Amino acid sequence: MTPAAALPLDRAATGAVAPAFGWALARDLKLAFRSRAELGVQLLFYVIVVTLFPLATTPERTLLANLGPGVLWVAALLASLLSLPRLFAVDFADGTLEQMAGSPWSLPALVSGKIAAHWLTTGLPVAVLAPLLGLQYALEAPALWTLAAGLLLGTPILSLLGAIGAALTLGLRGGGGLLALLVLPLCVPVLIFGAGAVDAVRAGLGAGANFSLLAAGLLIALTGAPLACAAALRIALD
Amino acid sequence: MASTFFRYAAPAAFYPVARRLAPWFGAAAAVLAIAGLAVGLVVAPTDAQQGDAYRIIFIHVPAAWMSMFIYLVMAFWSALALGYNTRLSAMMAQALAPTGALMTFIALWTGAFWGRPTWGTYWAWDARMTSELILLFLYFGIIALRNAIDDPRRGDKACAVLTLVGAVNVPIIYFSVQWWNTLHQGSTISMTAAPKMASIMLTGLLLMSLAAWAYAIAVALARVASIIIERERGAVWISHLPEMRRLMPS
Repeated sequence: MTPAAALPLDRAATGAVAPAFGWALARDLKLAFRSRAELGVQLLFYVIVVTLFPLATTPERTLLANLGPGVLWVAALLASLLSLPRLFAVDFADGTLEQMAGSPWSLPALVSGKIAAHWLTTGLPVAVLAPLLGLQYALEAPALWTLAAGLLLGTPILSLLGAIGAALTLGLRGGGGLLALLVLPLCVPVLIFGAGAVDAVRAGLGAGANFSLLAAGLLIALTGAPLACAAALRIALD
Repeated sequence: MASTFFRYAAPAAFYPVARRLAPWFGAAAAVLAIAGLAVGLVVAPTDAQQGDAYRIIFIHVPAAWMSMFIYLVMAFWSALALGYNTRLSAMMAQALAPTGALMTFIALWTGAFWGRPTWGTYWAWDARMTSELILLFLYFGIIALRNAIDDPRRGDKACAVLTLVGAVNVPIIYFSVQWWNTLHQGSTISMTAAPKMASIMLTGLLLMSLAAWAYAIAVALARVASIIIERERGAVWISHLPEMRRLMPS
């Protein structure tokens, strides 16, 4: 059940990366679009987690405004984590992954396409929705825009790091909890700089430094994570 | 020279070496620890500012050093394991992980006991403490991943990838926590501006650090010997070992 057209084998020999990336991206997006309910559930999870915090703590506006950035970021991290186990599991179960690894196309490129699709279906909606939820936390307009921009920069890193964890735990028992144990400590810097950007704007400092650091982290993750992820997948498939 | 070194990359060749060296390092650790504790707890004078509470540094500081250094050594063995596909390198990394986690835990625990009388709190979100806590999570993640994988060769490589990804991340985590900390609260407590240490205290610290080194090496060697026995139990050379002959006289 391959929704996208098969990749032509003759062009693989040229070492082209873009067709492999585009193919994997289009395929995963199409698959995700066909199970829209699942995407809705992930987004609802995000909304509900964010809603629980004021109920469990306080509806007091100044306290909520202090808590808000951190809560919204932690919830984004959890929402990203929720969908990670399925990133490779279905393809692993039906043998598609093995075909990908055995094909002459670059596995890191194919993996990058899948990670991009994961971000477009989880990270991007979360970033778009965040300002709306930030309103519930009494955040002002500049803080809301900073929050969304920070999430746009930071959630791809979460998807990239998470993909390494998903590849390492592929087919293992206790996958979900183990995945969280592996991925969450690695995500600490993203959390700090992302939530820190909003705090900095609220304190009148400007988010430039935090955004630069997030962008630097994104560049490192973009270059390193697909390679590490492909290596981890080959280990799992061995 | 190089060929003699690489000869011991074979688990069968390294096993007797590990078994023979482990007790020596263990004895060295015991002697150094007794000497270090005697200097630290008895000979060294009471600190003018911190009283006797400072004496916990003789445990705390060596443990904190080892916690970070063992991770570096694990990353080194992991890189070798992935690069050269050597089994012994991965076994060394596996043998070191629990000791690294133990050292991290001891550093955190003794730090809390030192913090209570000195800072007035068991825990503060200080940059060093926070990154040490995250380091403990990394160790736990590596150990948990190893335990979740039944195939030892897959476990070797998966843990090696995770260790290296963590090694890239550790400095980033450290600096992120440090900047976050300075942003949130002024550094009320600075450990870098510690008063100059008396030389007798330094001697105690040095002895305890050497004891921690010897202990880590002894435990890692003993553990790697057990791992070799467990993994190679089907191999012929195992059945020729004198200790196996004693267990199973044929």
